[in-house]
Amino acid sequence: MDLTYSDEERAFADEVRAFVQAELDPAVRDRVLNHKRLSKEDYLGWHRKLHAKGWVAPNWPTAYGGCSWNAVNRFIHEEVLAEEGAPPIVAFSINMIGPVLIAFGSDAQKHYYLPRILSGKDWWCQGFSEPGSGSDLASLRTKAVLDGDHWVVTGQKTWTTLAQHANLIFCLVRTDASVKKQEGISMLLIDMNSPGITVRPIITIDGEHEVNEVFFDDVRVPKDNIVGEPGKGWTYAKFLLSHERSGIARVGQAKRELRRLKEIAKAELVDGVPLIETRSFREKIAAVEIELMALELTNLRMIAAEKSGQAPGAEANMLKIKGSEVQQSLTELMMEAVGPYALPFDPDALEPGWNGEPIGPDYAAPLAGTYFNFRKVSIYGGSNEIQRNILSKSLLGL
Amino acid sequence: MDFSLSETQRMLAETTDRLVRDRYGFEDRKKIIAGPDGFSRPMWATFAELGLTGLGIAEEHDGLGGTMADMAVVAETFGRALVVEPFMPTLVLGAGTLGRAGSAAQQAEILPQVAAGTCFLALAHGEPKSRYTLAHVETNATPDGGDFLLTGAKAVVLGGDAADHFLVSARTSGATSEVQGISLFLVPRTAPGLAIRAYPNIDGTRAADLRLDRVRVPASALLGQAGQALPTIAHAIDRAIAYLCAEAVGAMQALNALTLDYLKTRTQFGQPIGAFQVLQHRMVDMEVALEQARSMAILAGDRADDPNARARGRAISAAKVQIGRSGRMIGQSSVQMHGGIGITDEYAGGHYFKRLTLIDRTFGDADHHLARFADAAA
Repeated sequence: MDLTYSDEERAFADEVRAFVQAELDPAVRDRVLNHKRLSKEDYLGWHRKLHAKGWVAPNWPTAYGGCSWNAVNRFIHEEVLAEEGAPPIVAFSINMIGPVLIAFGSDAQKHYYLPRILSGKDWWCQGFSEPGSGSDLASLRTKAVLDGDHWVVTGQKTWTTLAQHANLIFCLVRTDASVKKQEGISMLLIDMNSPGITVRPIITIDGEHEVNEVFFDDVRVPKDNIVGEPGKGWTYAKFLLSHERSGIARVGQAKRELRRLKEIAKAELVDGVPLIETRSFREKIAAVEIELMALELTNLRMIAAEKSGQAPGAEANMLKIKGSEVQQSLTELMMEAVGPYALPFDPDALEPGWNGEPIGPDYAAPLAGTYFNFRKVSIYGGSNEIQRNILSKSLLGL
Repeated sequence: MDFSLSETQRMLAETTDRLVRDRYGFEDRKKIIAGPDGFSRPMWATFAELGLTGLGIAEEHDGLGGTMADMAVVAETFGRALVVEPFMPTLVLGAGTLGRAGSAAQQAEILPQVAAGTCFLALAHGEPKSRYTLAHVETNATPDGGDFLLTGAKAVVLGGDAADHFLVSARTSGATSEVQGISLFLVPRTAPGLAIRAYPNIDGTRAADLRLDRVRVPASALLGQAGQALPTIAHAIDRAIAYLCAEAVGAMQALNALTLDYLKTRTQFGQPIGAFQVLQHRMVDMEVALEQARSMAILAGDRADDPNARARGRAISAAKVQIGRSGRMIGQSSVQMHGGIGITDEYAGGHYFKRLTLIDRTFGDADHHLARFADAAA
């Protein structure tokens, strides 16, 4: 039993940290740490720096321009980047469609798309959820019919994260309505600039534009833009959702937010005493910190098992549940920490380069919005109830 | 980073697992508790034959050596079987403390006996008014010639009914809650003036309250320096907490297994109750609570001997909070999902619930350790 990183692993963490500190634009870092809005260029600028270093796709094989790192190094990389305030890597490209294409794509698809993902030339979004298909994803109804050399796609996707930035979408579509619902699904790669596609913003309760509806009205998609075989889309989707889950708990991000919470609780005063020194609030912070310690160790146990060759199993679903709970607790406590300054709604203050007079302390403006926004984390990627359903079957045999 | 068991730990796990499977079933345990001592001396002799009573004792005193993480392997198995023998009081609090703070003569006299399985020990530190505050010691030790006279009361001394020797804390100076001035003495059970009121605990373990009325001990009974014992006691109790965390993980694991089995076999409304989603999700949460507790028990075992007392205390307290909360959630949920059978004496489930509940009450509950963690963090 040894709960510490090896010398090599520690040296690697130091190397990653030094890289972020040297290369990350301080203005971008500031926006991440302070929950300000990130522009497309904020994501992409950082993506290109990681690409130049060869670190943008830790989970891909080196043959495709990835790092072929083991689970521990991937975890360290992701954690240090998050702790240091780097913008998240565009997961839909690197962690989702990339591995699917590597495993199931045609040579032409790999050859064309993978380098464009690495360089940041393409921005992918995910076309899975539909208005009628949330947790019951396999009931999706967007259909694709073969017409000569093209699939003709009709239907609607929703909750499409950052579709406003994307030029490509990977979509689950129904290509056969006559078979069992999971067996009639295929995965298509679609150009977002195709005629017949309309993107409409969905404004969430924090007032932000992060997700969208995407409408498909007789969109013609070249026949070869199918991934693998027709009818196997559900298999690929499950592969995609189960792939690269070692970072699902977002421990690095949670540590960063815990640090932020403590800073805010030190700055806020209650009758002249720092909030962090009041017993009830200090113990609330302590409780979530302990949850996070346990989560980190559970996560490390999982990646140690993965490194020694065991496939990630039930632990990933547990990490999703616990990780989302910890993230939500942190956002809730940060909002609570600023007291009445949780009330003002000042979306301009979140804009990059905004130089106005803040309402209340300068850290207060985004906190309530982040709390409201973060209710998403127990809903997306398979709601926590779905995670429990999965665990109930896979782990408990119920 | 490596979470696998060492060769020694694998052997300990196999040995103890086989022992409790063969000889410590729930029915065996009932008989043991109903016996004259409330625990089994033949079982203790078997522990000794297997070398378990030498764990953590140096080889020069006929022990096996071993770390707190090794001890935790045994604790987890004992937790699964709800072992009631005073293993933690004798080995962790007693022999562990003597091995760290005792004089050469004390160690040479007592430790080989413990390793041989012929001597029980207990730490008599808590008092009627101390609750979980370690510095609260009213019992006093007054010099008298070359001796000390000990007077006071000690409360809920774990393993106190069986102990042949007590490690008794008493003030040689200072006011009731002062950090300085606490001393530790080795006191034989037979010392004149020592009255022992032994009793069973509600979970089947045993304890005693002590009254000391001018109990005379020689200066050679002192462990370490006079007045400087609090760090020794705090360390001993942190180690005992690490043991309890591992024991609790064993108990939680066994209780989850019982509950899951019940969900699969108990039929209502024409189907196994495990077919109901409301119970499935609760069971999943119990498994998540177990894994979080296991992570923190590993941390506690790893840090129990950290020379940095503050870092050690922080990790131990964090683990105790997690174990307290997970144990409470698992215990209460298990009883609820079993229905009435869960609160019957004849069913094992309720006994795990009791043990888990008492572990939370031992050496500081979740609230106490949350405050300790928060204080160390601030």
